[in-house]
Amino acid sequence: MAEASTIHVDIVSAEGEIFSGPVAMVFAPAIMGELGIAPRHAPLLTLLKAGEVRVRMPDGQEQSFFVGGGALEVQPKRVTVLADTALRARDIDEAAALAAKQRAEEALRDRAGAIEQAEALAELARAAAQLKMIERLRKIRG
Amino acid sequence: MPGTKEIRTKITSVKSTQKITKAMEMVAASKMRRAQDRMRLARPYAEKMRVAIGHLNKANPDYRHPFLVERADVKNVGVIVISTDRGLAGSLNINLFKQVLYLMREWQGKGAQVSLCIIGAKGLAFFRRLATPILANVTHLGDRPHVKDLIGTVKVMLDAYRDGTIDRLFLVNAQFVNTMTQKPNVLQLLPVETLDASELQEHWDYIYEPDAADILDGLLMRYIESQVYRGAVENVACEMAARMVAMKSASDNAGKLINELQLVYNKARQAAITKELSEIVGGAAAV
Repeated sequence: MAEASTIHVDIVSAEGEIFSGPVAMVFAPAIMGELGIAPRHAPLLTLLKAGEVRVRMPDGQEQSFFVGGGALEVQPKRVTVLADTALRARDIDEAAALAAKQRAEEALRDRAGAIEQAEALAELARAAAQLKMIERLRKIRG
Repeated sequence: MPGTKEIRTKITSVKSTQKITKAMEMVAASKMRRAQDRMRLARPYAEKMRVAIGHLNKANPDYRHPFLVERADVKNVGVIVISTDRGLAGSLNINLFKQVLYLMREWQGKGAQVSLCIIGAKGLAFFRRLATPILANVTHLGDRPHVKDLIGTVKVMLDAYRDGTIDRLFLVNAQFVNTMTQKPNVLQLLPVETLDASELQEHWDYIYEPDAADILDGLLMRYIESQVYRGAVENVACEMAARMVAMKSASDNAGKLINELQLVYNKARQAAITKELSEIVGGAAAV
């Protein structure tokens, strides 16, 4: 009977496993509203919003984990929470994308400067090598 | 005693260099182990994601997400290149860049334009010299990359794919074979290759909230981000392994150099003593 009264839950994020084990019930902040998943729940797939995922252990204790969003998959015998490690929202993502683009543009803008710098460095290295050579020749002769 | 002082200072300087390379070797070894652990931790997420996408795809054959559709005519190709931020890692970056250049030439040969997305300072320094456009870049992720720092960069490429600026997206990063071997690896990110029906053992009729299209979109985006994250973590493991090996050989070479210098020093010292002795003996005989 123990199997029927618990369900296996995996909470994983891209950076590692957060929780794994049998629980009596899971609560998750689905995008359409808070969900409670008990054993024998129908198969379900939904997205999560930022909030708290709570698991009730078979002994009645509760543990909670913060998720920044993600997805929830309910299969007949196991529940998988694919949690985001970062807070996700359309405008936050948009801002991050914009920043990445700007960095690329800036890097390309001083492309000419970089080439000049690389050329100057190469010239410096050549000059230094020549100086060393001259010094060595002097030592041999002197 | 001509030259003995110079040899002595040379030996001390090589010794202090050896100390530095030895320390770097040990630091790289411990960081490599931690990076490998993180690589392992990232795996279950990507696998579970892939299975969920496979289920969704199978359950909704009529809905084709743009990320899953193969485009007949590939005119533009996007490449995400993951490189290191710091040097002293042997030929790791150079081998990777060579692979990227091959890939670029291959697609340019087919008449396609290539756009890049660069992760890591070394990659940026190399590829900005080319005329190839760079759509996005991020550097200094550190030894522990986080998904949050990659979201923006990946989104630029996903948006470019969505609006047709690129028709295919690749990820190039160093693959961790073992401590001694790291090889560049090319992975196709978009369109996503889904699991075959035969690979999915069981199948259920899911309830979708809100609907399959939105969920699939969210899952695919996260799946690709997790792939790039995995690439970044694997690249850190490779960087540390390559640096460890490079620093080990540098320490060994320094050891050899010290031995040689010591021999030269001893010889010079002995020669000076012999000379002095013979002078004394010669002087005594003359008296």
